[in-house]
Amino acid sequence: MLEVSALSKHYGGVKATDQVNLNVKAGECHAIIGPNGAGKTTLIGQLCGELLSDAGVIFFQGRNVTGLPMHRRVQLGLARSFQITSVFDDMTVLANVAVAVQANRGHSFRFWRPVSRNESINARALEVLRLVGMEVQHQQLAGALSHGERRQLEIAMALATEPQLLLLDEPMAGMGAEESNAMLAMLQALKGDITLLLVEHDMDVVFSLADTISVLVYGQVIETGSPAQIRNSATVREAYLGDAG
Amino acid sequence: MTDSRLPTGVALITLILLAGVPLSLYYAGHIFWLDIFTRAVVLAIAAASLNLMLGFAGLASFGHAAYLGIGAYAVGVPAYYETYGGGGMIASYSGWWHLGLALGASALFAAVTGAISLRTRGIHFIMITMAFGQMLFYLLVSIDEYGADDGMTVDLTSQFSHVDLSDPVMLFGICYGSLLLLLLLQYRLKHSHFGRILAAIKQNENRTRALGVNTFYYKLTAYVLAGVICAYAGVLMANFSTFISPGMIEWTRSGELMFMVILGGTAWVFGPVVGAMIFVLLEYFLAGLTVYWHLPFGLLLILTVLLFRGGLGGMLQRIGATRGEGQS
Ligand SMILES: Nc1ncnc2c1ncn2[C@@H]1O[C@H](COP(=O)(O)OP(=O)(O)OP(=O)(O)O)[C@@H](O)[C@H]1O
Ligand SMILES: [Mg+2]
Repeated sequence: MLEVSALSKHYGGVKATDQVNLNVKAGECHAIIGPNGAGKTTLIGQLCGELLSDAGVIFFQGRNVTGLPMHRRVQLGLARSFQITSVFDDMTVLANVAVAVQANRGHSFRFWRPVSRNESINARALEVLRLVGMEVQHQQLAGALSHGERRQLEIAMALATEPQLLLLDEPMAGMGAEESNAMLAMLQALKGDITLLLVEHDMDVVFSLADTISVLVYGQVIETGSPAQIRNSATVREAYLGDAG
Repeated sequence: MTDSRLPTGVALITLILLAGVPLSLYYAGHIFWLDIFTRAVVLAIAAASLNLMLGFAGLASFGHAAYLGIGAYAVGVPAYYETYGGGGMIASYSGWWHLGLALGASALFAAVTGAISLRTRGIHFIMITMAFGQMLFYLLVSIDEYGADDGMTVDLTSQFSHVDLSDPVMLFGICYGSLLLLLLLQYRLKHSHFGRILAAIKQNENRTRALGVNTFYYKLTAYVLAGVICAYAGVLMANFSTFISPGMIEWTRSGELMFMVILGGTAWVFGPVVGAMIFVLLEYFLAGLTVYWHLPFGLLLILTVLLFRGGLGGMLQRIGATRGEGQS
Protein backbone atom coordinates (compact mmCIF):
# COMPACT_ATOMS: atom_id res chain seq x y z
CA MET A 1 0.00 0.00 0.00
CA LEU A 2 2.67 2.49 1.08
CA GLU A 3 6.40 2.14 0.57
CA VAL A 4 8.72 4.80 1.85
CA SER A 5 12.45 4.78 1.42
CA ALA A 6 15.16 7.04 2.78
CA LEU A 7 12.71 9.87 3.47
CA SER A 8 14.31 12.91 5.14
CA LYS A 9 13.31 16.37 6.23
CA HIS A 10 15.64 18.88 7.86
CA TYR A 11 14.80 22.11 9.64
CA GLY A 12 18.04 24.02 9.65
CA GLY A 13 20.32 21.73 11.64
CA VAL A 14 17.46 19.65 13.06
CA LYS A 15 16.92 16.34 11.28
CA ALA A 16 13.17 16.02 11.91
CA THR A 17 13.08 12.83 9.84
CA ASP A 18 16.26 11.08 8.79
CA GLN A 19 16.38 8.29 6.19
CA VAL A 20 13.01 6.84 7.16
CA ASN A 21 12.06 3.51 5.59
CA LEU A 22 8.52 2.30 6.04
CA ASN A 23 6.33 -0.37 4.50
CA VAL A 24 2.61 -0.30 5.26
CA LYS A 25 0.70 -3.34 4.02
CA ALA A 26 -2.86 -3.14 2.72
CA GLY A 27 -5.46 -3.72 5.43
CA GLU A 28 -3.14 -3.46 8.41
CA CYS A 29 -2.95 -0.95 11.21
CA HIS A 30 0.60 0.27 11.35
CA ALA A 31 1.45 2.30 14.41
CA ILE A 32 4.29 4.77 14.73
CA ILE A 33 5.43 5.50 18.23
CA GLY A 34 8.19 7.66 19.54
CA PRO A 35 8.96 10.33 22.12
CA ASN A 36 7.95 13.99 21.75
CA GLY A 37 9.77 15.69 18.91
CA ALA A 38 10.75 12.37 17.32
CA GLY A 39 9.45 13.56 13.95
CA LYS A 40 6.12 11.72 13.80
CA THR A 41 4.04 14.71 12.72
CA THR A 42 6.74 15.73 10.27
CA LEU A 43 6.64 12.24 8.74
CA ILE A 44 2.86 12.41 8.37
CA GLY A 45 3.20 15.82 6.77
CA GLN A 46 5.67 14.43 4.25
CA LEU A 47 3.51 11.41 3.48
CA CYS A 48 0.37 13.42 2.84
CA GLY A 49 2.18 16.06 0.81
CA GLU A 50 1.84 19.02 3.15
CA LEU A 51 5.62 19.14 3.52
CA LEU A 52 8.12 18.71 0.71
CA SER A 53 10.79 16.14 1.50
CA ASP A 54 14.49 16.92 1.20
CA ALA A 55 15.26 13.38 0.09
CA GLY A 56 13.64 9.99 -0.36
CA VAL A 57 10.72 8.54 -2.30
CA ILE A 58 7.14 7.63 -1.45
CA PHE A 59 5.19 4.99 -3.36
CA PHE A 60 1.47 4.77 -2.77
CA GLN A 61 -0.32 1.80 -4.35
CA GLY A 62 2.65 1.25 -6.63
CA ARG A 63 2.67 4.83 -7.80
CA ASN A 64 5.42 7.33 -7.12
CA VAL A 65 3.67 10.20 -5.34
CA THR A 66 6.79 11.95 -4.01
CA GLY A 67 6.26 15.05 -6.14
CA LEU A 68 2.46 15.15 -6.03
CA PRO A 69 0.73 18.00 -4.18
CA MET A 70 -1.40 17.17 -1.17
CA HIS A 71 -4.79 17.49 -2.84
CA ARG A 72 -3.77 15.03 -5.58
CA ARG A 73 -2.67 12.47 -3.01
CA VAL A 74 -5.99 12.84 -1.21
CA GLN A 75 -7.80 12.25 -4.48
CA LEU A 76 -5.77 9.04 -4.88
CA GLY A 77 -6.95 7.85 -1.48
CA LEU A 78 -4.31 9.06 0.96
CA ALA A 79 -5.91 11.20 3.66
CA ARG A 80 -4.88 12.42 7.09
CA SER A 81 -6.24 13.76 10.34
CA PHE A 82 -4.47 16.48 12.29
CA GLN A 83 -2.87 16.32 15.72
CA ILE A 84 -4.11 19.85 16.33
CA THR A 85 -7.82 19.76 15.55
CA SER A 86 -8.50 21.50 12.24
CA VAL A 87 -12.20 21.86 11.65
CA PHE A 88 -14.14 24.78 10.15
CA ASP A 89 -15.45 26.41 13.33
CA ASP A 90 -17.97 28.72 11.64
CA MET A 91 -19.66 25.88 9.76
CA THR A 92 -22.11 23.29 10.98
CA VAL A 93 -20.87 19.78 11.63
CA LEU A 94 -22.70 18.62 8.52
CA ALA A 95 -21.12 21.33 6.36
CA ASN A 96 -17.65 20.42 7.63
CA VAL A 97 -18.05 16.88 6.39
CA ALA A 98 -19.91 18.03 3.28
CA VAL A 99 -16.86 20.05 2.17
CA ALA A 100 -14.93 16.78 2.12
CA VAL A 101 -17.76 15.03 0.24
CA GLN A 102 -17.79 17.88 -2.29
CA ALA A 103 -14.05 17.54 -2.76
CA ASN A 104 -14.40 13.82 -3.21
CA ARG A 105 -17.10 14.21 -5.86
CA GLY A 106 -14.87 16.36 -8.07
CA HIS A 107 -14.84 20.06 -8.79
CA SER A 108 -17.28 22.43 -7.13
CA PHE A 109 -17.34 25.15 -9.77
CA ARG A 110 -21.10 25.51 -9.39
CA PHE A 111 -22.15 29.04 -8.62
CA TRP A 112 -25.90 29.22 -8.37
CA ARG A 113 -27.74 26.39 -6.62
CA PRO A 114 -27.68 26.34 -2.80
CA VAL A 115 -25.29 23.59 -1.78
CA SER A 116 -26.95 23.05 1.60
CA ARG A 117 -29.94 21.62 -0.26
CA ASN A 118 -27.94 19.11 -2.26
CA GLU A 119 -29.52 15.95 -0.87
CA SER A 120 -26.95 13.56 -2.25
CA ILE A 121 -24.06 15.44 -0.63
CA ASN A 122 -25.96 15.77 2.66
CA ALA A 123 -26.91 12.10 2.67
CA ARG A 124 -23.31 11.01 2.21
CA ALA A 125 -22.11 13.45 4.89
CA LEU A 126 -24.72 12.14 7.34
CA GLU A 127 -23.65 8.58 6.59
CA VAL A 128 -20.06 9.42 7.53
CA LEU A 129 -21.23 11.24 10.67
CA ARG A 130 -23.19 8.15 11.67
CA LEU A 131 -19.97 6.16 11.34
CA VAL A 132 -18.31 8.29 14.03
CA GLY A 133 -21.51 8.56 16.08
CA MET A 134 -22.12 12.24 15.48
CA GLU A 135 -25.29 12.42 13.39
CA VAL A 136 -27.26 13.88 16.30
CA GLN A 137 -24.99 16.94 16.39
CA HIS A 138 -25.02 17.53 12.64
CA GLN A 139 -26.70 20.94 12.87
CA GLN A 140 -24.42 22.33 15.57
CA LEU A 141 -21.64 24.76 14.79
CA ALA A 142 -18.30 22.99 14.87
CA GLY A 143 -16.92 25.78 17.04
CA ALA A 144 -19.46 24.97 19.76
CA LEU A 145 -18.48 21.30 20.10
CA SER A 146 -16.58 19.78 23.00
CA HIS A 147 -12.95 18.84 22.50
CA GLY A 148 -13.78 15.17 22.15
CA GLU A 149 -16.49 15.83 19.58
CA ARG A 150 -14.14 18.01 17.58
CA ARG A 151 -11.63 15.15 17.50
CA GLN A 152 -14.38 12.88 16.19
CA LEU A 153 -15.36 15.42 13.55
CA GLU A 154 -11.72 15.68 12.56
CA ILE A 155 -11.74 11.95 11.76
CA ALA A 156 -15.12 12.15 10.04
CA MET A 157 -13.80 14.78 7.64
CA ALA A 158 -10.86 12.59 6.71
CA LEU A 159 -13.15 9.59 6.26
CA ALA A 160 -15.45 11.53 3.95
CA THR A 161 -12.65 11.80 1.42
CA GLU A 162 -13.00 7.99 1.11
CA PRO A 163 -9.37 7.15 1.78
CA GLN A 164 -7.72 3.81 1.22
CA LEU A 165 -4.96 4.79 3.61
CA LEU A 166 -5.72 7.02 6.56
CA LEU A 167 -2.91 8.75 8.43
CA LEU A 168 -4.02 9.44 12.01
CA ASP A 169 -1.93 11.89 14.01
CA GLU A 170 -2.71 11.24 17.69
CA PRO A 171 -6.48 10.86 17.33
CA MET A 172 -6.88 10.57 21.11
CA ALA A 173 -4.86 13.68 21.94
CA GLY A 174 -6.36 15.44 24.96
CA MET A 175 -9.36 13.12 25.25
CA GLY A 176 -10.90 11.83 28.47
CA ALA A 177 -11.07 8.11 29.19
CA GLU A 178 -14.64 7.72 28.00
CA GLU A 179 -14.08 9.61 24.77
CA SER A 180 -10.88 7.65 24.15
CA ASN A 181 -12.75 4.40 24.48
CA ALA A 182 -15.39 5.53 22.00
CA MET A 183 -12.68 6.56 19.57
CA LEU A 184 -10.86 3.27 20.06
CA ALA A 185 -14.05 1.34 19.30
CA MET A 186 -14.55 3.40 16.17
CA LEU A 187 -11.01 2.82 14.93
CA GLN A 188 -11.38 -0.88 15.62
CA ALA A 189 -14.49 -0.89 13.44
CA LEU A 190 -12.66 0.96 10.66
CA LYS A 191 -9.69 -1.36 10.76
CA GLY A 192 -9.72 -3.86 7.94
CA ASP A 193 -11.81 -1.65 5.66
CA ILE A 194 -9.18 1.06 5.61
CA THR A 195 -5.45 0.77 6.00
CA LEU A 196 -4.39 2.84 9.02
CA LEU A 197 -1.13 4.54 9.84
CA LEU A 198 -1.52 5.54 13.45
CA VAL A 199 0.62 7.91 15.46
CA GLU A 200 -0.31 7.60 19.12
CA HIS A 201 1.24 8.11 22.54
CA ASP A 202 -1.27 5.97 24.42
CA MET A 203 0.39 2.55 24.53
CA ASP A 204 -2.81 0.69 25.44
CA VAL A 205 -4.41 2.01 22.27
CA VAL A 206 -1.35 1.17 20.18
CA PHE A 207 -1.05 -2.37 21.47
CA SER A 208 -4.75 -3.09 21.07
CA LEU A 209 -4.99 -1.75 17.50
CA ALA A 210 -1.66 -2.20 15.76
CA ASP A 211 -0.59 -5.15 13.65
CA THR A 212 2.82 -3.64 13.11
CA ILE A 213 4.70 -1.01 15.07
CA SER A 214 7.58 1.21 13.98
CA VAL A 215 9.55 3.10 16.57
CA LEU A 216 10.78 6.55 15.59
CA VAL A 217 13.50 8.22 17.65
CA TYR A 218 15.32 11.40 16.61
CA GLY A 219 13.87 11.09 13.13
CA GLN A 220 15.06 7.53 12.59
CA VAL A 221 13.12 4.28 12.56
CA ILE A 222 15.08 2.22 15.07
CA GLU A 223 12.86 -0.85 14.94
CA THR A 224 9.83 -2.27 13.13
CA GLY A 225 7.98 -5.39 14.17
CA SER A 226 4.87 -6.99 15.63
CA PRO A 227 3.57 -5.63 18.96
CA ALA A 228 5.14 -8.58 20.76
CA GLN A 229 8.52 -7.99 19.12
CA ILE A 230 8.45 -4.30 19.98
CA ARG A 231 7.42 -5.00 23.56
CA ASN A 232 10.36 -7.32 24.01
CA SER A 233 12.95 -5.40 22.02
CA ALA A 234 15.93 -4.34 24.08
CA THR A 235 16.74 -1.46 21.71
CA VAL A 236 13.26 -0.02 21.96
CA ARG A 237 13.14 -0.49 25.70
CA GLU A 238 16.41 1.36 26.07
CA ALA A 239 15.63 4.16 23.62
CA TYR A 240 12.03 4.77 24.38
CA LEU A 241 9.78 2.48 26.32
CA GLY A 242 12.34 2.37 29.12
CA ASP A 243 11.95 5.99 30.11
CA ALA A 244 8.16 5.64 30.08
CA GLY A 245 8.57 3.03 32.77
CA MET B 1 -25.97 30.75 12.46
CA THR B 2 -28.43 31.91 9.81
CA ASP B 3 -28.66 35.53 8.67
CA SER B 4 -30.79 37.21 11.31
CA ARG B 5 -33.70 39.42 10.31
CA LEU B 6 -32.22 42.72 11.47
CA PRO B 7 -29.41 42.90 8.88
CA THR B 8 -31.83 41.85 6.13
CA GLY B 9 -34.25 44.57 7.17
CA VAL B 10 -31.50 47.17 7.22
CA ALA B 11 -30.39 46.00 3.77
CA LEU B 12 -33.88 46.39 2.31
CA ILE B 13 -34.39 49.84 3.82
CA THR B 14 -30.98 50.96 2.62
CA LEU B 15 -31.76 49.76 -0.90
CA ILE B 16 -35.03 51.68 -0.95
CA LEU B 17 -33.37 54.85 0.39
CA LEU B 18 -30.52 54.40 -2.05
CA ALA B 19 -32.91 54.78 -4.97
CA GLY B 20 -35.67 56.87 -3.38
CA VAL B 21 -33.65 59.69 -1.82
CA PRO B 22 -31.56 60.76 -4.82
CA LEU B 23 -34.40 60.42 -7.33
CA SER B 24 -36.91 62.43 -5.28
CA LEU B 25 -34.28 65.09 -4.55
CA TYR B 26 -33.40 65.17 -8.23
CA TYR B 27 -36.97 65.76 -9.31
CA ALA B 28 -37.35 68.34 -6.55
CA GLY B 29 -34.55 70.27 -8.20
CA HIS B 30 -31.55 69.21 -6.09
CA ILE B 31 -29.68 67.70 -9.01
CA PHE B 32 -26.43 67.45 -7.14
CA TRP B 33 -27.53 64.61 -4.84
CA LEU B 34 -28.02 62.25 -7.73
CA ASP B 35 -24.29 62.62 -8.42
CA ILE B 36 -23.37 61.74 -4.85
CA PHE B 37 -25.55 58.66 -4.88
CA THR B 38 -24.47 57.50 -8.33
CA ARG B 39 -20.90 57.63 -7.10
CA ALA B 40 -21.89 55.69 -3.97
CA VAL B 41 -23.60 53.00 -6.04
CA VAL B 42 -20.63 52.61 -8.41
CA LEU B 43 -18.25 52.39 -5.46
CA ALA B 44 -20.61 49.89 -3.85
CA ILE B 45 -20.26 47.67 -6.93
CA ALA B 46 -16.47 47.96 -6.73
CA ALA B 47 -16.45 47.26 -2.98
CA ALA B 48 -18.84 44.32 -3.38
CA SER B 49 -16.51 42.85 -5.97
CA LEU B 50 -13.62 43.18 -3.53
CA ASN B 51 -15.75 41.42 -0.92
CA LEU B 52 -15.89 38.42 -3.24
CA MET B 53 -12.22 37.99 -2.38
CA LEU B 54 -11.93 39.56 1.07
CA GLY B 55 -15.17 38.37 2.60
CA PHE B 56 -15.79 35.14 0.73
CA ALA B 57 -12.26 33.76 0.50
CA GLY B 58 -10.25 35.81 3.01
CA LEU B 59 -8.00 37.24 0.29
CA ALA B 60 -6.94 40.75 1.27
CA SER B 61 -6.08 42.27 -2.09
CA PHE B 62 -4.65 45.75 -1.74
CA GLY B 63 -4.58 46.50 -5.46
CA HIS B 64 -8.21 46.22 -6.34
CA ALA B 65 -8.63 49.80 -7.57
CA ALA B 66 -6.46 48.81 -10.53
CA TYR B 67 -9.56 47.21 -12.03
CA LEU B 68 -11.53 50.44 -11.68
CA GLY B 69 -8.75 51.98 -13.76
CA ILE B 70 -8.76 49.22 -16.37
CA GLY B 71 -12.51 49.63 -16.80
CA ALA B 72 -12.29 53.42 -16.96
CA TYR B 73 -9.43 53.49 -19.46
CA ALA B 74 -11.30 50.91 -21.58
CA VAL B 75 -13.89 53.68 -22.03
CA GLY B 76 -11.60 56.71 -22.19
CA VAL B 77 -8.88 55.43 -24.50
CA PRO B 78 -11.09 54.15 -27.38
CA ALA B 79 -13.20 57.31 -27.13
CA TYR B 80 -10.05 59.46 -27.23
CA TYR B 81 -8.80 57.76 -30.40
CA GLU B 82 -12.21 57.96 -32.03
CA THR B 83 -12.25 61.71 -31.39
CA TYR B 84 -8.68 62.58 -32.23
CA GLY B 85 -7.71 59.80 -34.65
CA GLY B 86 -5.17 57.01 -34.33
CA GLY B 87 -5.41 53.92 -32.18
CA GLY B 88 -6.24 51.65 -35.12
CA MET B 89 -9.05 49.25 -34.44
CA ILE B 90 -9.24 50.22 -30.75
CA ALA B 91 -10.89 53.55 -31.56
CA SER B 92 -14.62 53.46 -30.93
CA TYR B 93 -17.50 55.09 -29.06
CA SER B 94 -19.37 51.78 -28.89
CA GLY B 95 -20.42 50.82 -25.38
CA TRP B 96 -20.28 47.11 -26.16
CA TRP B 97 -16.73 47.52 -27.38
CA HIS B 98 -15.81 49.40 -24.19
CA LEU B 99 -17.37 46.67 -22.08
CA GLY B 100 -15.71 43.89 -24.04
CA LEU B 101 -12.35 45.62 -23.78
CA ALA B 102 -12.78 46.22 -20.05
CA LEU B 103 -13.82 42.67 -19.27
CA GLY B 104 -11.18 41.10 -21.52
CA ALA B 105 -8.32 43.26 -20.26
CA SER B 106 -9.32 42.89 -16.61
CA ALA B 107 -9.70 39.12 -16.93
CA LEU B 108 -6.25 38.90 -18.48
CA PHE B 109 -4.66 41.21 -15.89
CA ALA B 110 -6.36 39.30 -13.07
CA ALA B 111 -5.41 35.88 -14.42
CA VAL B 112 -1.74 36.84 -14.74
CA THR B 113 -1.34 38.80 -11.49
CA GLY B 114 -3.58 36.33 -9.63
CA ALA B 115 -1.58 33.32 -10.79
CA ILE B 116 1.51 34.97 -9.33
CA SER B 117 0.19 36.64 -6.17
CA LEU B 118 -2.01 33.73 -5.06
CA ARG B 119 1.13 31.67 -4.53
CA THR B 120 1.85 33.87 -1.53
CA ARG B 121 -0.27 34.45 1.55
CA GLY B 122 -0.85 36.83 4.39
CA ILE B 123 1.12 40.03 4.38
CA HIS B 124 3.02 38.93 1.25
CA PHE B 125 -0.24 38.68 -0.68
CA ILE B 126 -1.21 42.18 0.44
CA MET B 127 2.16 43.58 -0.64
CA ILE B 128 2.30 41.85 -4.01
CA THR B 129 -1.25 42.81 -5.02
CA MET B 130 -0.43 46.37 -4.01
CA ALA B 131 2.74 46.22 -6.12
CA PHE B 132 0.82 45.07 -9.20
CA GLY B 133 -1.66 47.90 -8.70
CA GLN B 134 1.15 50.44 -8.40
CA MET B 135 2.83 49.02 -11.52
CA LEU B 136 -0.30 49.82 -13.50
CA PHE B 137 -0.49 53.23 -11.82
CA TYR B 138 3.05 54.17 -12.85
CA LEU B 139 2.46 52.78 -16.35
CA LEU B 140 -0.52 55.12 -16.81
CA VAL B 141 1.37 58.04 -15.27
CA SER B 142 4.09 57.53 -17.86
CA ILE B 143 1.79 57.66 -20.90
CA ASP B 144 1.77 61.31 -21.98
CA GLU B 145 -0.74 60.68 -24.73
CA TYR B 146 -3.41 59.89 -22.13
CA GLY B 147 -2.57 62.97 -20.09
CA ALA B 148 -0.01 61.27 -17.83
CA ASP B 149 -0.85 61.95 -14.18
CA ASP B 150 -3.40 64.63 -15.09
CA GLY B 151 -5.57 62.11 -16.91
CA MET B 152 -8.02 63.18 -19.58
CA THR B 153 -11.68 63.91 -20.04
CA VAL B 154 -14.06 61.48 -21.73
CA ASP B 155 -15.74 63.64 -24.37
CA LEU B 156 -18.51 61.23 -25.22
CA THR B 157 -20.02 58.52 -23.00
CA SER B 158 -20.20 54.90 -24.13
CA GLN B 159 -22.80 54.62 -26.85
CA PHE B 160 -25.60 52.04 -26.68
CA SER B 161 -28.57 51.89 -29.03
CA HIS B 162 -31.36 52.31 -26.48
CA VAL B 163 -29.54 53.68 -23.49
CA ASP B 164 -28.15 57.18 -23.09
CA LEU B 165 -25.54 57.19 -20.35
CA SER B 166 -25.19 60.96 -20.49
CA ASP B 167 -28.69 61.15 -19.01
CA PRO B 168 -27.98 61.18 -15.24
CA VAL B 169 -31.22 59.42 -14.29
CA MET B 170 -30.65 56.72 -16.88
CA LEU B 171 -27.06 56.28 -15.71
CA PHE B 172 -28.16 56.03 -12.10
CA GLY B 173 -30.76 53.43 -13.07
CA ILE B 174 -28.17 51.32 -14.88
CA CYS B 175 -25.78 51.52 -11.92
CA TYR B 176 -28.48 50.73 -9.41
CA GLY B 177 -29.82 47.82 -11.47
CA SER B 178 -26.30 46.47 -11.86
CA LEU B 179 -25.80 46.63 -8.10
CA LEU B 180 -29.04 44.72 -7.43
CA LEU B 181 -28.06 42.06 -9.94
CA LEU B 182 -24.59 41.77 -8.43
CA LEU B 183 -25.99 41.41 -4.91
CA LEU B 184 -28.32 38.64 -6.06
CA LEU B 185 -25.43 36.92 -7.80
CA GLN B 186 -23.24 37.20 -4.71
CA TYR B 187 -25.95 35.93 -2.43
CA ARG B 188 -26.42 32.85 -4.58
CA LEU B 189 -22.69 32.41 -4.95
CA LYS B 190 -22.11 32.55 -1.22
CA HIS B 191 -24.45 29.63 -0.62
CA SER B 192 -23.38 27.63 -3.67
CA HIS B 193 -20.95 24.72 -3.94
CA PHE B 194 -18.26 27.18 -4.94
CA GLY B 195 -19.10 29.56 -2.10
CA ARG B 196 -18.77 26.85 0.51
CA ILE B 197 -15.35 25.83 -0.78
CA LEU B 198 -14.27 29.50 -0.60
CA ALA B 199 -15.57 29.72 2.97
CA ALA B 200 -13.57 26.63 3.86
CA ILE B 201 -10.45 28.12 2.28
CA LYS B 202 -11.00 31.33 4.24
CA GLN B 203 -11.20 29.48 7.54
CA ASN B 204 -8.38 27.01 7.01
CA GLU B 205 -6.80 26.65 3.60
CA ASN B 206 -4.42 23.86 4.58
CA ARG B 207 -7.29 21.81 5.94
CA THR B 208 -9.27 22.36 2.76
CA ARG B 209 -6.35 21.13 0.70
CA ALA B 210 -6.03 18.11 2.98
CA LEU B 211 -9.60 17.23 2.00
CA GLY B 212 -8.53 16.99 -1.65
CA VAL B 213 -9.38 20.47 -2.91
CA ASN B 214 -7.03 22.21 -5.32
CA THR B 215 -7.54 25.51 -3.53
CA PHE B 216 -5.46 27.52 -6.01
CA TYR B 217 -8.05 27.29 -8.79
CA TYR B 218 -10.88 28.30 -6.49
CA LYS B 219 -8.97 31.33 -5.28
CA LEU B 220 -7.96 32.25 -8.83
CA THR B 221 -11.57 32.01 -10.00
CA ALA B 222 -12.70 34.31 -7.19
CA TYR B 223 -9.82 36.66 -7.97
CA VAL B 224 -10.64 36.91 -11.68
CA LEU B 225 -14.36 37.21 -11.05
CA ALA B 226 -13.75 40.04 -8.58
CA GLY B 227 -11.45 41.82 -11.03
CA VAL B 228 -13.86 41.60 -13.94
CA ILE B 229 -16.79 42.90 -11.88
CA CYS B 230 -14.68 45.79 -10.58
CA ALA B 231 -13.66 46.65 -14.16
CA TYR B 232 -17.36 46.84 -14.96
CA ALA B 233 -17.67 49.35 -12.13
CA GLY B 234 -14.77 51.21 -13.77
CA VAL B 235 -16.71 51.48 -17.04
CA LEU B 236 -19.61 52.99 -15.12
CA MET B 237 -17.24 55.29 -13.23
CA ALA B 238 -15.74 56.71 -16.44
CA ASN B 239 -19.19 57.35 -17.87
CA PHE B 240 -20.28 58.97 -14.65
CA SER B 241 -17.33 61.26 -14.03
CA THR B 242 -16.47 61.69 -17.77
CA PHE B 243 -12.90 61.90 -16.62
CA ILE B 244 -10.18 59.32 -16.17
CA SER B 245 -6.83 59.58 -14.43
CA PRO B 246 -4.21 57.35 -12.82
CA GLY B 247 -5.42 58.78 -9.50
CA MET B 248 -8.37 56.40 -9.74
CA ILE B 249 -6.11 53.43 -9.07
CA GLU B 250 -3.54 54.74 -6.62
CA TRP B 251 -3.03 52.42 -3.67
CA THR B 252 -4.95 54.77 -1.39
CA ARG B 253 -8.02 54.08 -3.57
CA SER B 254 -7.57 50.36 -3.00
CA GLY B 255 -7.31 51.10 0.70
CA GLU B 256 -10.59 53.02 0.56
CA LEU B 257 -12.33 50.10 -1.12
CA MET B 258 -10.99 47.83 1.57
CA PHE B 259 -12.23 50.16 4.30
CA MET B 260 -15.71 50.21 2.78
CA VAL B 261 -15.83 46.43 2.87
CA ILE B 262 -14.50 46.19 6.43
CA LEU B 263 -16.74 49.02 7.63
CA GLY B 264 -19.85 47.29 6.29
CA GLY B 265 -18.75 43.86 7.42
CA THR B 266 -17.12 41.17 5.33
CA ALA B 267 -19.45 38.36 6.37
CA TRP B 268 -22.44 40.27 5.04
CA VAL B 269 -23.14 40.26 1.31
CA PHE B 270 -24.74 43.68 1.71
CA GLY B 271 -21.93 45.08 3.89
CA PRO B 272 -19.97 46.79 1.10
CA VAL B 273 -23.06 48.76 0.02
CA VAL B 274 -23.50 50.21 3.50
CA GLY B 275 -19.75 50.79 3.68
CA ALA B 276 -19.68 52.63 0.35
CA MET B 277 -22.66 54.81 1.25
CA ILE B 278 -21.20 55.82 4.60
CA PHE B 279 -17.86 56.45 2.95
CA VAL B 280 -19.25 58.74 0.26
CA LEU B 281 -21.50 60.67 2.67
CA LEU B 282 -18.75 61.09 5.27
CA GLU B 283 -16.32 62.20 2.62
CA TYR B 284 -18.82 64.80 1.45
CA PHE B 285 -19.71 66.21 4.85
CA LEU B 286 -16.20 66.15 6.29
CA ALA B 287 -14.78 67.74 3.14
CA GLY B 288 -17.34 70.53 3.64
CA LEU B 289 -16.17 71.09 7.22
CA THR B 290 -12.42 71.16 6.78
CA VAL B 291 -9.78 70.75 4.13
CA TYR B 292 -7.98 68.42 6.50
CA TRP B 293 -10.88 65.97 6.31
CA HIS B 294 -8.66 62.96 5.76
CA LEU B 295 -7.54 63.00 9.39
CA PRO B 296 -10.93 62.77 11.17
CA PHE B 297 -12.00 60.43 8.42
CA GLY B 298 -9.13 58.05 9.03
CA LEU B 299 -9.72 58.19 12.79
CA LEU B 300 -13.39 57.34 12.31
CA LEU B 301 -12.53 54.39 10.14
CA ILE B 302 -9.99 53.06 12.60
CA LEU B 303 -12.52 53.45 15.43
CA THR B 304 -15.19 51.52 13.56
CA VAL B 305 -12.82 48.72 12.78
CA LEU B 306 -11.72 48.53 16.40
CA LEU B 307 -15.16 48.95 18.00
CA PHE B 308 -17.38 46.98 15.65
CA ARG B 309 -15.89 43.59 15.14
CA GLY B 310 -17.25 42.24 11.87
CA GLY B 311 -18.13 45.77 10.77
CA LEU B 312 -21.66 47.17 10.90
CA GLY B 313 -23.03 43.87 9.64
CA GLY B 314 -21.47 42.07 12.60
CA MET B 315 -22.90 44.66 14.98
CA LEU B 316 -26.42 44.30 13.55
CA GLN B 317 -26.09 40.54 13.78
CA ARG B 318 -25.22 40.80 17.49
CA ILE B 319 -28.00 43.28 18.26
CA GLY B 320 -30.48 41.07 16.40
CA ALA B 321 -29.27 38.02 18.31
CA THR B 322 -29.56 39.61 21.77
CA ARG B 323 -33.02 41.00 20.99
CA GLY B 324 -34.10 37.58 19.78
CA GLU B 325 -32.91 36.04 23.06
CA GLY B 326 -34.74 38.66 25.11
CA GLN B 327 -38.02 37.90 23.39
CA SER B 328 -37.94 34.14 23.61
N1 LIG C 1 8.18 24.03 11.12
C1 LIG C 1 9.24 23.65 11.85
N2 LIG C 1 10.32 24.43 11.91
C2 LIG C 1 11.41 24.06 12.63
N3 LIG C 1 11.49 22.92 13.33
C3 LIG C 1 10.44 22.08 13.31
C4 LIG C 1 9.25 22.41 12.58
N4 LIG C 1 8.37 21.40 12.74
C5 LIG C 1 8.96 20.51 13.54
N5 LIG C 1 10.19 20.91 13.88
C6 LIG C 1 11.14 20.14 14.71
O1 LIG C 1 11.25 18.86 14.16
C7 LIG C 1 11.27 17.89 15.18
C8 LIG C 1 10.15 16.90 14.99
O2 LIG C 1 8.92 17.51 15.24
P1 LIG C 1 7.53 16.73 15.11
O3 LIG C 1 6.44 17.71 15.34
O4 LIG C 1 7.52 16.00 13.82
O5 LIG C 1 7.60 15.71 16.32
P2 LIG C 1 6.49 14.72 16.87
O6 LIG C 1 7.12 13.39 16.92
O7 LIG C 1 5.23 14.83 16.12
O8 LIG C 1 6.29 15.26 18.35
P3 LIG C 1 4.99 15.20 19.30
O9 LIG C 1 4.95 13.86 19.88
O10 LIG C 1 5.26 16.25 20.33
O11 LIG C 1 3.80 15.52 18.45
C9 LIG C 1 11.19 18.65 16.50
O12 LIG C 1 12.51 18.81 16.98
C10 LIG C 1 10.61 19.97 16.12
O13 LIG C 1 11.07 20.98 16.97
MG1 LIG D 1 3.31 15.37 16.57
